[in-house]
Amino acid sequence: MTAMDVRERDPYRIHGGHGHALGGPAPIRIVVGYGFWIFLLSDIVMFSAFFAAYAVLAGKTAGGPSGAELFNLRNVAIETAALLLSSFTCGLAGLAVTARRSSWFYVAMTVTFVLGASFILLELREFVHMVASGAGPTRSAFLSAFFTLVGCHGLHVTAGLLWLLTMMAQIFAKGFRDDILRRFMCFSLFWHALDIIWVALFTVVYLLGASR
Amino acid sequence: MSNADDRHAQRRDTHDLERYDIDTAPGDEYLGDTDVGSGLRGYVIGLGLATLLTIASFWLPGTDLVWAPGVPVALVVLAIAQMGVHLVFFLHITTGPDNTNNALALAFGVLIVVLVIGGSIWIMANLDKNLMPMNAIMNMNR
Repeated sequence: MTAMDVRERDPYRIHGGHGHALGGPAPIRIVVGYGFWIFLLSDIVMFSAFFAAYAVLAGKTAGGPSGAELFNLRNVAIETAALLLSSFTCGLAGLAVTARRSSWFYVAMTVTFVLGASFILLELREFVHMVASGAGPTRSAFLSAFFTLVGCHGLHVTAGLLWLLTMMAQIFAKGFRDDILRRFMCFSLFWHALDIIWVALFTVVYLLGASR
Repeated sequence: MSNADDRHAQRRDTHDLERYDIDTAPGDEYLGDTDVGSGLRGYVIGLGLATLLTIASFWLPGTDLVWAPGVPVALVVLAIAQMGVHLVFFLHITTGPDNTNNALALAFGVLIVVLVIGGSIWIMANLDKNLMPMNAIMNMNR
């Protein structure tokens, strides 16, 4: 008997609400995932305001340096590769959780941390270099918008790195418990969402800025 | 059909429903009997597509492949394609009936993002074009 036959025999879902066979509220994992997804979307809406500010102010350099003069695309390419690979290894850590293989999990999470930390270090080096050469956030409206947008993403990645270490510690101390697995699911969603924002960021800020 | 047979059939129905009709949230990888091999295949495909799109984005502005004024549009299209790849292969957003809430929330988020960014650029470009330059206003007040 297939699921389709069951649906035909019970068209009004008397024996089960939509999406789960036994009726009643959805499993906690579904509710937690949905709630965290709403949070991520609101975070993305907040970023869209910073993106809008940057798009409006990108040309207002007040006689200071423009993006084309400041941006080092080779540096940005390395940052992009680090973050994309870290997203991949975060997915591998999720698969290790599925298979309940703690050694794979620690290796994948460590690689994710190293890649994320190198992203942050490259970004910090870029910021320090820009401020030292007189292109700090107070120089022009363009640079204010640049440091706000890119710095906000950098802060998110830093928070993600702290969360990553917390998850490793929790799996170490408490094992693959249901509540810990839900926290890990939220962490992996957060980390993947940061990579999505970075895609918009390297396109709008760096690639469009350098070709402007 | 005897009572025991009926119960047995019902349990099998429930099992079928659980397998085919269950909710999955974005990133829900370890649900039930998830297969690590197919999960890995999804991430590898996602990584490959994202890498190709990233390389295309970085490579495109340096070439004559696209008419120069069209380069920004091409870059934005590549970025949106890559975000789609991330959503499908990394965040596991689907259009299946089990994922309607997540997809609807995403659609609403996209609506707000488009309104905020598109509206700001539109209004500010309009003001930029129609307002008097600041020094002209200063001269009028003098």
